[in-house]
Amino acid sequence: MKNQSAFVLKQAFYKSLPVLAGYIILGIGFGILLRNAGYGLLWAFAMSSFIYAGSMQYVGVGLIAGGASVVTAILTTIMVNARHLFYSISMIERYKDTGKYKPYLIFSLTDETYSLLCDGKVPEEASGSRYRFFVAFFNQCYWVTGSVIGSFLGSVLPFSTEGIEFSMTALFIASFTEQWLSGGNHIPALTGFLCSLLCLVLFGPEQFLIPAMLLITLVLTAVQSRIRMDREGTE
Amino acid sequence: MNFDVHVAALVLAMAFFTWLLRFLPFLVFRKNTPGYIVYLGKVLPSAIIGMLVVYCLKDVEFSVAPFGLPELIAAVSVVVLQRWKRNSLISILVGTILYMVLIRTVF
Repeated sequence: MKNQSAFVLKQAFYKSLPVLAGYIILGIGFGILLRNAGYGLLWAFAMSSFIYAGSMQYVGVGLIAGGASVVTAILTTIMVNARHLFYSISMIERYKDTGKYKPYLIFSLTDETYSLLCDGKVPEEASGSRYRFFVAFFNQCYWVTGSVIGSFLGSVLPFSTEGIEFSMTALFIASFTEQWLSGGNHIPALTGFLCSLLCLVLFGPEQFLIPAMLLITLVLTAVQSRIRMDREGTE
Repeated sequence: MNFDVHVAALVLAMAFFTWLLRFLPFLVFRKNTPGYIVYLGKVLPSAIIGMLVVYCLKDVEFSVAPFGLPELIAAVSVVVLQRWKRNSLISILVGTILYMVLIRTVF
């Protein structure tokens, strides 16, 4: 039993490693920004523990520094985080029997955690929920640790790490490639990529996410019968 | 340390609505999930990863030097390594280091 727990922990830690560097660095960036806006360690810790949404927290610093109203904060949160609806929708079946781990698994579904867990692969089915829980938990530890370090550092930027934020991009590209190689229908992957690209060109980098999500849903709905037939044919 | 009630309210609002977005689909489709939602659950993951790739590269300027070349080269190296080794950790590590070297030395 003990050996098995250690095995699950080790596997989860290994799985979470691609997120480690990215979350520490992005967390540090957030902590520094918040410190510069006049809010220190406790605020950084609280925001990273309770909100736990990377890009939203960056936007949140702006809201706090600019003295935004609560209504503005709510509307901004819905706009920036609308994609989380999609993550959750795609995890409904997968998280069905995760028991006591379920609330935390849902709470901790960030972009990066989602990209690590959405392929549904676990080292062994019996300990799947524990494994997912620890992958998610390790990720949040990295994020909180980064935020706290950043808060300590204040305005002293670690210049030598310039470019390390590419690890996030690399993580998504590697996941994309891996899903592509895993076989199956390539229409969903292409739909996601091309619709987003189109919306980026049409709406610009600040506003393309929501139109892209709508377009993706629309296209995937339109090709539903085709893909469903495909699946029944191959599975 | 400045404790500010308004800022606390902002943080709580952001936290609560982030939770709401994450929990809502699970609460709405608790009993039985409609076939359409199950279908979306199957096809959305790869579509969303495709969207996140675009999202990460959204601020790259392809019209001015260095024309997004560091990002492009590093991205291609990640794809090639992933095809070759099928190990995400290696692909990400090498791709990131290559990018860091490129923006320091070549571009």
